[in-house]
Amino acid sequence: MSGQSIISATDLSVHYPIGGGLFTAKQYVRAVDAVNLEIPQGSFFGLVGESGSGKTTLGRAFLRATPITRGSVSYSDGEVDYQLVDLRKNDLKEYRKRAQLIFQDPYAALSPRMTVRDIIAEPIEVMNITTTREQTDERVREIADKCRLNLEHLRRFPHAFSGGQRQRISIARALVSNPRFVVADESVAALDVSIQADILNLLKQLQHELGLTYLFISHDLSVVAHICDHVAVMYLGRLVESAPTRTLFSAPRHPYTKALLSAIPSLDPDQRGQAQKLEGEIPSPTNPPPGCKFQTRCRFAMDRCRQEEPKLEKTDSEHEVACHRWKELADQIL
Amino acid sequence: MTLLKVDNLTLQFDTDEGRITAVEDVTFAVNAGEVLGIVGESGSGKSVTAKALMKLNPENAVYGAGTRITLRLDDQSVDVLSLKKGIDMQIVRGGAVSMIFQEPMASFAPAITIGAQMVEQLVLHKKISAKEATDIAIEMLDRVGISDAVQRFKQYAFELSGGMRQRAMIAMALSTRPKLLIADEPTTALDVTIQAQVIDLMKDLVADFDMGIIFITHDLGVIAQTADQVAVMYLGKIVEQGSVRDVIKHPAHPYTRGLLNALPKLDDLEAALTPVPGDIPSPLERPAGCVFHTRCAAAQPRCSESIPEMTTHGDNHIAACFVTAEAHNARAGVE
Repeated sequence: MSGQSIISATDLSVHYPIGGGLFTAKQYVRAVDAVNLEIPQGSFFGLVGESGSGKTTLGRAFLRATPITRGSVSYSDGEVDYQLVDLRKNDLKEYRKRAQLIFQDPYAALSPRMTVRDIIAEPIEVMNITTTREQTDERVREIADKCRLNLEHLRRFPHAFSGGQRQRISIARALVSNPRFVVADESVAALDVSIQADILNLLKQLQHELGLTYLFISHDLSVVAHICDHVAVMYLGRLVESAPTRTLFSAPRHPYTKALLSAIPSLDPDQRGQAQKLEGEIPSPTNPPPGCKFQTRCRFAMDRCRQEEPKLEKTDSEHEVACHRWKELADQIL
Repeated sequence: MTLLKVDNLTLQFDTDEGRITAVEDVTFAVNAGEVLGIVGESGSGKSVTAKALMKLNPENAVYGAGTRITLRLDDQSVDVLSLKKGIDMQIVRGGAVSMIFQEPMASFAPAITIGAQMVEQLVLHKKISAKEATDIAIEMLDRVGISDAVQRFKQYAFELSGGMRQRAMIAMALSTRPKLLIADEPTTALDVTIQAQVIDLMKDLVADFDMGIIFITHDLGVIAQTADQVAVMYLGKIVEQGSVRDVIKHPAHPYTRGLLNALPKLDDLEAALTPVPGDIPSPLERPAGCVFHTRCAAAQPRCSESIPEMTTHGDNHIAACFVTAEAHNARAGVE
């Protein structure tokens, strides 16, 4: 990948223990398993996959919001470098200013008892970024203005606002500490289409104005296709494919990516029933299948896929895929 | 054959803050073997409309004077609104009409097995023995593509995955062989791959059972893939209606056009996403005149004064807009 990476993950795994009572053996949910990923600075990086694929956990691991079981993640924005696994308390505080999260549900993310001004100001007050109330107010007004919030509204409570306005408040709160890296986890999924477009445009505009790098987590491939410049596809805790958006959508290599793309309902009523049927559902991450994680649902699975797990390999300079058969399947439409 | 005819459905709710109009003057019909899509954003009144068809609205609901909901069963017409609660409504609810909802987990009782719930409603509505009902239920589970139906029959809702649960929900809704199925956002909580499976299943079932389906969703892509006819709702009104091809390829109402422009399209990644400006107004502050004029780029002074009537934009294609109606008539005049 060209340019410098703001996040580099090497062999990153996040396993959650479950069970482990007096009589039952401890099991692990392998939410993220041996992921290698680099996010170039200044990119709008998309992460897609079905529910249960581990995309949210991966995003949280990058924010050090979940314990990392194995592997390493380094953060480097040109000013500071951190190894996220062994971050000391003071460094973690500093890292929180630089890496932030925008949530999915703007109705749940905002406290109903705080005014919009207090909601946006809370992070900088907690982080001691400003010293006086005047400074805080100025910073709040500045970021609220950037997020196209009406300054008159700062004194109101969140219940007075619609979904789109609330999501703008959420974004302002995430950006008030002037972060470099922002994880947007399903940030437009709860919004109506007419408002979704507005928030997407705002995120893009803020990226240019503030020099942000986004990790944009979404299950909606058409949104990702429009806004992201690079996309990674996850399945059952693994990265199965990663490529520049255009390449991924025009020449997907992994059978799972192909199936996902064909499952998007086409807006054209004359193109019905062209979806490639993906049988069954994503297996449980406590007991993943051996070999390739996708083999249970893959039409092209053969003996090798059931025994040996494919590694992520480069198909060209920026396109990576984890499939034993990608070369021979490259010319197959679906 | 027309299964259901809804004329001038107006529905208001008495609340502490006054009387709220949720649905206003909505007219549509559903034919057997046909899927009618109702599309709209949150607050458009699509779910309230669906519930009104089965009189499932709460106590404070007030139906407008001109409202008529007529259901055709075999050779007789039933006026749904005149039916009394309880025994009368049973021919409609669960018998002739079934409904499936967005969140299948909320529609199954958590402490009763899937099978017991299916049998209970079959015995109640079809007046058959529990043994017969069990056979029908298992056959139906098998029909919707649930493997190992005998085993699943004995399981609880929490033991099934999301896609399985939605299939079980569909099996339950269809086991009484309804004439009309109302599906309220049946695929919204599902992943795209599972959504594609469920959409396929529903299409097969329409063909097999010759049912009418009302398919409610906010997703125009899902509508394009499933519906024959589509009605676009905004703030409790149908603003455009027609065949799915006409409405999606030649939208006549500015709101429909706005929705389509706001939608990310996979075949044109360069296209800018254009939001519909502003937010949907609160139902307490319904705009006068055309309900959409506060967000409409083409709005003229008269749009805030008088309510546009439905006008024809082609064969069986109608929309309620002064501006596009004039443009259409001008074009028609030239030709």
